[in-house]
Amino acid sequence: MTVPPEIRETLTALMAEYAMAIDDNRLEDWVELFDETCDYKVVTRENVEQNLPNVLMWCDNKNMLRDRVESYRHVNLYNLHYDRHVLGPLRFVKEEGPIWTFDVSYSLFQTELEGASRLFSVGKYRVEATVENGAGRLKSVVVVADTGLVPSLLATPI
Amino acid sequence: MTAEVRWPRNDYSRVPYRLHHDEGLYALEMERIFRGPAWSYLCLEAEIPNPGDFRTTWIGDMPVVVSRAKDGSIHAFVNRCSHRGATIVRELRGNAERHVCLYHRWTYSTAGELTGLPFRKGLKGEGGMPDDFEMKSVSPGKMKVGNCAGMLFGTFQPDKAEPLEKYLGEFGTGIIRRFLNRPIRILGYSRQLIAGNWKLYAENLRDTYHASLLHEFFVTYGVDRATQKGGVKMDERHRHNMNHAYAATDTQEDAKAAYADTAARLDRMQLRDKKLLQFKNEFPDGMNLAAPTLFPNALLIQINNSLATRQIRPKGVGAHEVFQTVFGYADDDEAMTRHRLLSVNLVGPAGFVSMEDGEAIEVVQKATRSAGDAAAVVEMGGRGPVRDLTHRVTETPIRGFWSYWAELMGVEPEGAIR
Repeated sequence: MTVPPEIRETLTALMAEYAMAIDDNRLEDWVELFDETCDYKVVTRENVEQNLPNVLMWCDNKNMLRDRVESYRHVNLYNLHYDRHVLGPLRFVKEEGPIWTFDVSYSLFQTELEGASRLFSVGKYRVEATVENGAGRLKSVVVVADTGLVPSLLATPI
Repeated sequence: MTAEVRWPRNDYSRVPYRLHHDEGLYALEMERIFRGPAWSYLCLEAEIPNPGDFRTTWIGDMPVVVSRAKDGSIHAFVNRCSHRGATIVRELRGNAERHVCLYHRWTYSTAGELTGLPFRKGLKGEGGMPDDFEMKSVSPGKMKVGNCAGMLFGTFQPDKAEPLEKYLGEFGTGIIRRFLNRPIRILGYSRQLIAGNWKLYAENLRDTYHASLLHEFFVTYGVDRATQKGGVKMDERHRHNMNHAYAATDTQEDAKAAYADTAARLDRMQLRDKKLLQFKNEFPDGMNLAAPTLFPNALLIQINNSLATRQIRPKGVGAHEVFQTVFGYADDDEAMTRHRLLSVNLVGPAGFVSMEDGEAIEVVQKATRSAGDAAAVVEMGGRGPVRDLTHRVTETPIRGFWSYWAELMGVEPEGAIR
């Protein structure tokens, strides 16, 4: 499909900020990329291929995202690590009204405090986003993880 | 194979760390527990409703196919070709009239019997299997399958095993029927690979002491606190157990007094979206938390309205997979299914009240590798005989687990409690 270069550029920058906000541990900034009525879901390819609706994580509005981050900051305990996302190019799927739908492949590496890195998760995002006044905003992110066997645990968002 | 375990005490109030690191003991566990007379959890009957349906699974480190034959009967057999040892069924699940090994096309029935092999009589009078070769004599190993209310179990040693009903006991059969009280709907799966010995997970499930301390979400947002009414139940052999609690049986003041360290937070922190904490009571007993654990590899878990089974799959001495099957009921409406799925945020690999277990187990495995003859201290809730408790500040069921483990392994200390 034909996508205006400025749309592609804006949404590419949006996804770059998405990844970097998580990797820089700026999760509050990451939340701000979403719309109030957003949907964020982590599912596995194993379930998707069986048409099963199970989720690993599901926030069906921005307040639930805020709760996730606050619980991560103050309540939950998890493996101490750094995240590093590597994203592929955006592949646009459709344009419906103001909403652009596109897929992006991701690899997510985790590095523990003593410096050892491992591949933590690989998969794709199915994203719905809008562009207004040159700024991108996330309506929906579905993380479809090929890596269904979660190493250790999943605390930080993908 | 023989093994020796030096238990510092006969009531299992000291557990040598070596038991989580010893390769020899691990091999013996596979033989005496998972391929022994214990009943292991296979899968749910609802996952294989139709003739020909199958699922692959792991019992200990043994690959197993669970399959429904044409006549509706359920079978479980070793997923390894009798010929040269290749995996027979490579898919996770599906429906098949027969199973064919890819290597030399040896063919198995849905009941796991070898039924055919190419060129058996040779070609033009040459080659082929010896005339006296009997296919039956080399069929893959089979498990005897037992069904309790739709939860399927199998044992490799039916001659030595107790009947399933007796093995589960009134405790086990009762609690399975509570969870599977009407037709269920499978909502999906999650998997987690924890870098720790499988028995650390078994211990974790029997340690109610940690629940409200490690999992601060429980206390902070009031999902489950030790101040709620609840307790620990076990079967008479203390191999199975259940941590449970009743909704809304404590007050904020009780909790603040008990959790002095986090008291300040109890008032300050509130979820912005409280639907995650919503509990629609759907059981006559009113429990909002129930986590019955069945020796050696099964767990049923209810946290509010999220329901699941978990199967422990040992992956070598230093790792295990936790395979979770999330379900609801067939008569759930769309809103209830959505509520259950949102409640999954509480459980599983990313669960607000379960993610910490993975980390706790991994840091134990990491720090005990070099522990030599040192042993864990398991005295919370008392020493000596193992008994049911009407409170949850206890880890007594851990001692129950070890007593039955030691019995099956043939490594009980002198004068051991059972």
